[in-house]
Amino acid sequence: MADTTEILAGLAEIVAEETGLDTAEVQLDKSFTDDLDIDSLSMMTIVTLAEEKFDVRIPDEKVKDLTTVGDAVTFIGAAQG
Amino acid sequence: MTTLNIRRGAEFSRIAGLGVARGENAVPNEDIIEPINSSDEWIRKMTGIVTRVRADEDTSVLDLSERASLIALEQAGVSGAEIDAVILSTITYPHMTPGGAPVLADRLGSTGAAFDISAACAGYCYGIGQADALVRSGNARNVLVVGAEKMSDFVDPADRSISYLLGDAAGAVVVSASDTPGIGPTVWGSDGAGSQLIRQTTSWLDVRDDRDTAFPTLVQEGPSVFKWASFKMAPVAREAIEAAGVTPDDIKAFIPHQANIRIIDQMVKQIGLPEHVKVGRDIVDSGNTSAASIPLATERMLRDGDAASGDLALQIGFGAGLVYAAQVVVLP
Repeated sequence: MADTTEILAGLAEIVAEETGLDTAEVQLDKSFTDDLDIDSLSMMTIVTLAEEKFDVRIPDEKVKDLTTVGDAVTFIGAAQG
Repeated sequence: MTTLNIRRGAEFSRIAGLGVARGENAVPNEDIIEPINSSDEWIRKMTGIVTRVRADEDTSVLDLSERASLIALEQAGVSGAEIDAVILSTITYPHMTPGGAPVLADRLGSTGAAFDISAACAGYCYGIGQADALVRSGNARNVLVVGAEKMSDFVDPADRSISYLLGDAAGAVVVSASDTPGIGPTVWGSDGAGSQLIRQTTSWLDVRDDRDTAFPTLVQEGPSVFKWASFKMAPVAREAIEAAGVTPDDIKAFIPHQANIRIIDQMVKQIGLPEHVKVGRDIVDSGNTSAASIPLATERMLRDGDAASGDLALQIGFGAGLVYAAQVVVLP
């Protein structure tokens, strides 16, 4: 189980790889769509890679609730139990 | 004890001829964006599509099938009468019965076995697997496999999920007995738990019972389909390579179902194909033509010099069902 900082760092690497953004831009309060300009297909790639990296399952129907990076970090942390 | 005779067929099969027929009209994004409140830029970014081919109103699925088949027969050097089986993969033939395949067979001068299969965008690869088995079992010597769709009959111009991707076309191949292996093992399967991800909007019974019910069209859960196709299909593709007893380095062309350029690009990454492998990207000009898309992309690659006769190609179809099938083939 990873803490918030570790999850954020891991997620930032995935987002940076998918989008070309700098990892420093991936912060908890950033919106995936409005701030990071991530479309629905890139979001699914990020979700899938996060599932593999953190060994969690993120159901497709939950993805729309993950508005911010913080939402995703919280979900992953809770899913890891 | 009485025992039954069994047939023994050819040891190997191969694709002996290929033909395609695209819808007569290349429809640009500009022509379809208004009802979906979109833009040329957005469609290109999300799908890679610049134009999709759509047929004239009076061109039918069988018209497209016949045009493609005649080219395939000629290339294979086989007459219609020599075709012992016709497999037509389509989800847009507008009759539940009779099937389209017997009618197509008749048009081509064949009285061989003829049946339709419903495996959506995986239908061409399903058909190749069936044809290979028919030839090697001795139940047929020459099999015509056709993937044909007139998707434009089942689109909703205001649908933002899938309609704007879709095109009309047919692709046909003749699978014949061969002295050398030309079709590798088919790796295939289904995941019916995802049956609602790509679907017809309503059942025909709903239309019968309520005259106000709209004519059924196709819809999809785009992001979920993207995730399934991009990530779950890569192991299937790798398994097809392994089952054929070759390595990724031996593959010259990767010809996936032309669903979406973003899926194609992600699949290439996930499969881990070497850089020398050329990738079919006919979707840019033809759109998503379901069961026809793999033969269309094959024809395009051969025509453009991205692949040559005798090359090994990895092909994979996947779609509504969910269903999928992949195999390595020697290109005709």
